[in-house]
Amino acid sequence: MTRHIRLAAVFCALLLVALLANAARIQVFQAGPYDDNPANRRQNIARYGQPRGDILADGARLTGSEDTGEQLRYERTYAHGPMYAPVTGFASQVYGTTLLEHAEDDVLSGTDPMLSPFPLWNDFTRSQNAGGDVVTTIEPAAQKAAYTGLGGRKGAVAAIEPATGRILALVSTPSYDPALLSGNGPAVKRSWERLNGDPDKPMLNRAVRQTYPPGSTFKVVTAAAALDAGVLKNLDEPTDSPDPYTLPGTTTSLTNEADGCRDASLREAFVWSCNTVFAKLGVRVGVADMARTAQAMGFNDTEVKIPFSVAPSTFDTSVDRAQLALSSIGQYNTRATPLQMAMVAAAVANGGQVRSPYLVERTTRAGGATVATAGSRPMRHMMHPSTAVRMKELMADVVTEGTGRHAAIRGATVGGKTGTAQHGVDNSGMPYAWFVSWAQRDGDMQPKVAVAVVVEDASARRGEISGGGDAAPIARAVMREVLNS
Amino acid sequence: MSKAGTTSVAAADPVTAVARLPRRRGIELALIVVAVLLSVYGYCDVGLAKNGSLPPGAAGYGAGLGVLALLAHCAVRLRAPYADPLLLPIGVLLNGLGLVLIYRLDLETPDDRAAPTQLVWSTLGVGFFIVVVLLLRDHRVLQRYAYVCVVAALALLTLPIFFPAVNGARIWIRIAGFSIQPGEFAKVLLAVFFAAYLAANRNALRYTGRRIWRLQLPTGRVLGPIVAIWLLSVGVLVLERDLGTSLLFFGLFVVLLYVATGRTGWIAVGLLLAALGAVAVGWLEPHVHSRVEDWLHPFASIEAGLGANQLAQSLFAFAAGGLLGTGLGLGHSVLIGFAAKSDFILATAGEELGLAGLSAIFLLYGLLVERGYRAGLMLRDPFGRLLAVGLASIVSLQVFVIAGGVTGLIPLTGMAMPFLAQGGSSVVTNWAIVALLVRVSDSARRQYDGQVAP
Repeated sequence: MTRHIRLAAVFCALLLVALLANAARIQVFQAGPYDDNPANRRQNIARYGQPRGDILADGARLTGSEDTGEQLRYERTYAHGPMYAPVTGFASQVYGTTLLEHAEDDVLSGTDPMLSPFPLWNDFTRSQNAGGDVVTTIEPAAQKAAYTGLGGRKGAVAAIEPATGRILALVSTPSYDPALLSGNGPAVKRSWERLNGDPDKPMLNRAVRQTYPPGSTFKVVTAAAALDAGVLKNLDEPTDSPDPYTLPGTTTSLTNEADGCRDASLREAFVWSCNTVFAKLGVRVGVADMARTAQAMGFNDTEVKIPFSVAPSTFDTSVDRAQLALSSIGQYNTRATPLQMAMVAAAVANGGQVRSPYLVERTTRAGGATVATAGSRPMRHMMHPSTAVRMKELMADVVTEGTGRHAAIRGATVGGKTGTAQHGVDNSGMPYAWFVSWAQRDGDMQPKVAVAVVVEDASARRGEISGGGDAAPIARAVMREVLNS
Repeated sequence: MSKAGTTSVAAADPVTAVARLPRRRGIELALIVVAVLLSVYGYCDVGLAKNGSLPPGAAGYGAGLGVLALLAHCAVRLRAPYADPLLLPIGVLLNGLGLVLIYRLDLETPDDRAAPTQLVWSTLGVGFFIVVVLLLRDHRVLQRYAYVCVVAALALLTLPIFFPAVNGARIWIRIAGFSIQPGEFAKVLLAVFFAAYLAANRNALRYTGRRIWRLQLPTGRVLGPIVAIWLLSVGVLVLERDLGTSLLFFGLFVVLLYVATGRTGWIAVGLLLAALGAVAVGWLEPHVHSRVEDWLHPFASIEAGLGANQLAQSLFAFAAGGLLGTGLGLGHSVLIGFAAKSDFILATAGEELGLAGLSAIFLLYGLLVERGYRAGLMLRDPFGRLLAVGLASIVSLQVFVIAGGVTGLIPLTGMAMPFLAQGGSSVVTNWAIVALLVRVSDSARRQYDGQVAP
């Protein structure tokens, strides 16, 4: 019997060893995959177990965190939800993060190793850093002016500081309140479905994620390309352009909204936005030089990040002469984001070169100590400095005597360019009203702001005037706020 | 310790060997103090981690546990002075730790507090321990009541059939707000019966009967009653859908049969019966089949988009614990949901105490089992030996079945982790097991003469 008791004891010991070995297996050797399993809520609980860092503009907090007392404890709140949604994006417990909330998530959620006081500190203490703050370049007054300026209309505004590339305003309407998506209840699901099903696409960031045919505002690029390439030497010499202009190799003839475009000088053609002159000019410059200037300005660049990605603006480089003629007046396949067109205006304003635009001034720890700054963004050489000087002259003329008179600001020099882009099958859609501009206060060394405005459902009838009528007052309001700040 | 005693006795006088083993009551007291202090420390740690302050009842809780343990210690000192000094402290520590874990989980479910009830049951359990130690002067008395025990066990097993099912299993009866699981008590009674019956009939089982191929089968007259009772108990359990207990009874039966007769053939027959039973039950009971599926593919429900099931949540909890654990009160084992305080209590231990703490708990159980087996080895009378082995095996098998289940080692079957899990009947039963082990170990060490019985 004794031997059998011993053997039974050995059996029990084997059971114990099996339990210990299995415990080591699941707790140590296979713990990684278990921890990372998407159905394991622990990482989410830790993520929402502390207040998220905030996004700031000019010292004011755009965001906050609310203690819900639920399992996922802190929910995101937004001080001015719809106005800043194109900047902040949303931070949802269910649907993830977008825009700045996404691009700076490591800092905001506290997982960025740069936030810890010493390397490996958190590994020793098993603690989590408090979420860091993200300070944006947004100028609240300009942002508000842009948002109220657009009002109920569908459109977008992008404003940047030409000397630095700082983004001063980034607005898209119709917008939405990102706080609707913060939590995890059934209301969040309903909001998500409603926002995604909305035909007006309120969650689309039109300022950076939507491209539009730039229409006549692209004539800034065409004119700069012509001057850079030396096709035109003098702003006031006649350009030998017919009216109407028959597109090369076709029988299609292009007309103008304005009168007096036949044989107009570059200045007249720019001020009155003559399609015929610029279509022919683009063909004279040629695909290679047009593409070089457009790409220098940022077209066809798929890598732009501010820090979230920007939809690439396009200038088609495989076109025949007729298509090139249309591309040169911002039609055919030419498409641009409002931010891209603000860059074009900034290039003119800043002597032909602009730094890559950016939205984050710096990131800080919860206490305010700086973690990282924007640093010096790479400079883009967009046009020759002498070309920029002449383009500035042309754009200023548009505001003083041309189509952009609604953008004039007392006590400042304003340069601009209107545009009305046709779109849809046979141009049947409501045209997009564009205005790109810059403003320089009298006495300043250089312009302080460049802005692009697009209004999708321009209320005015199709016509060149709508860019000036609908979009220019918004641009003016934004520029005035920046100049007054 | 007993080994040291062995050598000294053998060296002194191997023939007469009248010197007795030391009593070691002082060591028991010291270990009880350590166990109580550890439990109180755990209780305070939970409060500090969750609320940043000592929990209000810490002193009362510690005093209560301490007084209970001291009373039990006094009972042992009075009536079982030679008892193994490790048994009682292990019981106190596991019971105290269980209370801490349940209290900790109560903080996550403020509407459903289980710790106060568990404390009441622990008091009853320790009281029962004291009663058994005081009143049961000699374990051999139990041998007389073998058939009373088996009738009582079957009655207890049958009782819940007349009560409504709870969570699919018909194993509870509800009286005055307390739910009782009579099957738990039946375990000890069946162990007593098996030990008594096998002790009386082991020679008949060993040497008589037909020989088929290499298996020596006993006569039907000897084997008949025991197989009938076993079939009956297992049948009742299948009807009540409590497969963990059924597995436990079966394991206990095979171990005791093997120890009593020494026939490896019994293991073969046992495994054959187990295989047949498993196939039959798996075929008849869809919910057993799904348990096996869950065990083979714990993440199937996640892949199907239905979220993590209990076993997957349990595995996540263990994995989150890692080597050292998150610390008491800082884990999220409450995600397991239903049964987090009972069947899955070990997941909380695994997450918050880590592999280190979990291994310590396993080793405590291992030590308890080992002390039981040691008492069995030291005893002379076959009944006592079988009883000690049987009681220790209950603990061993029960820990393996439930711990293996929640850690994904074997298919999950619902069962209480001895002492740790929420469940009054289980706590009382486990204290009864410890009381009986104290009793047999007292006999064993009192009469021990340095020689292992034949």
